[in-house]
Amino acid sequence: MKKLLLKKEIDAFRKKAQKLEHPREMVIDLLRAIQDHFGWVPDAGVELAADILGVPPIEVEEVATFYDKIYRQKVGRYPIHICDSICCWTRGGEEIAAHLQQQLGIKLGQTTPDGLFTLLPTCCLGGCGRAPSIMVGKRFYGHLTCDGLDQIIARLREEAVG
Amino acid sequence: MSSTPQLLFKNRKPGRTAFLKEYCKTGGYSALVKALKTMSPAEIVQLVKSSGLRGRGGAGFSTGLKWSFFPSDKPAPKYLVCNCDEMEPGTYKDGELLAADPHQLVEGMIISAYALNVDEGYIFIRYAYEGQFKKLQKAVAEAKKAGYLGKNILGSGFDFELHLHGSAGRYILGEETALLNGLEGKRPNPRLKPPFPAERGLFGRPTTVNNVETLANIPHIINGGSEWFKGLARNPEGAGTKLFGLSGHLNVTECFELPVGIPLSEVVEVYGGGVWKKRKFKACLPGGASTPYLIAEHMDIPLDFDTLAAAGSRFGTAGVTVFDDKTCMVAVTLNLLQFFARESCGWCTPCRDGLPLVCWLLEKIEKGQGTMGDLEMLKEQYRHICGRSFCALAEGAMGPLDGLMRLFEQEVIDHIEKGHCPF
Repeated sequence: MKKLLLKKEIDAFRKKAQKLEHPREMVIDLLRAIQDHFGWVPDAGVELAADILGVPPIEVEEVATFYDKIYRQKVGRYPIHICDSICCWTRGGEEIAAHLQQQLGIKLGQTTPDGLFTLLPTCCLGGCGRAPSIMVGKRFYGHLTCDGLDQIIARLREEAVG
Repeated sequence: MSSTPQLLFKNRKPGRTAFLKEYCKTGGYSALVKALKTMSPAEIVQLVKSSGLRGRGGAGFSTGLKWSFFPSDKPAPKYLVCNCDEMEPGTYKDGELLAADPHQLVEGMIISAYALNVDEGYIFIRYAYEGQFKKLQKAVAEAKKAGYLGKNILGSGFDFELHLHGSAGRYILGEETALLNGLEGKRPNPRLKPPFPAERGLFGRPTTVNNVETLANIPHIINGGSEWFKGLARNPEGAGTKLFGLSGHLNVTECFELPVGIPLSEVVEVYGGGVWKKRKFKACLPGGASTPYLIAEHMDIPLDFDTLAAAGSRFGTAGVTVFDDKTCMVAVTLNLLQFFARESCGWCTPCRDGLPLVCWLLEKIEKGQGTMGDLEMLKEQYRHICGRSFCALAEGAMGPLDGLMRLFEQEVIDHIEKGHCPF
């Protein structure tokens, strides 16, 4: 089974936690590291983070569930965040969202059966000058068109196979 | 196109980032040397105060005045925190600045920390700015290696450590006390003020929170002086340049460094290349999602904090989002309110319950199912939410609603009377 985090990373976090006066300040780093490695943050990830930081799991959970870029549910290999804020809206953001849902055959919040893509609405990505925009994982794509989107999806599918 | 002196975008080139060598070539870190070797901390605070620099994060409070309240004589640790949450729709200038020239922020923070007698700093960076995070990491490592960060900087006896914190989404983190909770690893609800961060901030210690662009201006003020800085503005009461992020229905949607006090008409026509598709200008958000709309009659107002406040709006972050004459302002306002409702932290009732109610009413009206009673209820909600929420988020959300009711009430009534959206 896939591990939450590599042992050497866990050790590094434990070592840093001992050195810091306020180890809890690492919670987002830790949750992001688990997510980068495991793909999302399961209950065991919250418990691991709590153990490293020396706090009850609920204190990690209340942080983890606050942020929308911490996935507390399983997501596809490529989580797609579609900006639905005002600047993207003025430049066809709704068409982009509709096109993605149609092409992938899923609705916002769902994951494709092959486990590759999850569609998530998100607020402004800070790419207002390059609207409409999305983020796939941590990668930003702007000036999108429906054709451009199809190419991005095709490339990601190829990448997943290779 | 009249040329504006470029300070913040001096080293900006398409697709490139200026790192240490390039930054130093155009005078980078000379302000730090000048500040550490020839100026006392109090002199710097005074200089920034007299420069007229006002917070570039949206609130527009005098930076020097804010600094003058800071208890710099209290024992360490004290903190300087840079707010790079930048999540207000329409606002992307800090991201552009950091992608082009990250050392400006680093140098600005070191000088500011020296002025405030602060020994530790944090840069709080939003999730979506992964690229900027990496560039800052490199810039901080370079500055450390060059002796600009760490112990006994340039032999001055001044020590300063700088840490980076990558966030994980959520607009509320831009509120300074929510940001501090976020940095501490707590659930980022805003804190009750007072005590203000200057008194009890990060980890309960004196803290100043400043925006990226504000801090990046500091080296330029050190080198150029306060009179020069003031003179950069077009209007007599303004000061400095401002990064304007253009978006929406314009031909050119890019970020420009322009003088404070430039009129909206010039921003739209000269820099934005005019409204797209040969359509007409209908309205704009002058400074991010929370700033009440401006309309054609506001075209000649100098864009600055006090002038826009007098016009019933706010300068905010100078993220200008333009809407053409085929745009439904009810739909625009609904989109904006949906953003604020979703990004509410849920702590206080006016925000948690009030904003979804406003969305529901706007949606009903937009669908043509609204009544005049709904319009009354909208106005009532506006009165209930304004001034009654725990932090500024819900208050900000009322900006576009205020604009809608003040400037486009007839459009709302048209929806109700016609029973459908007229656009």
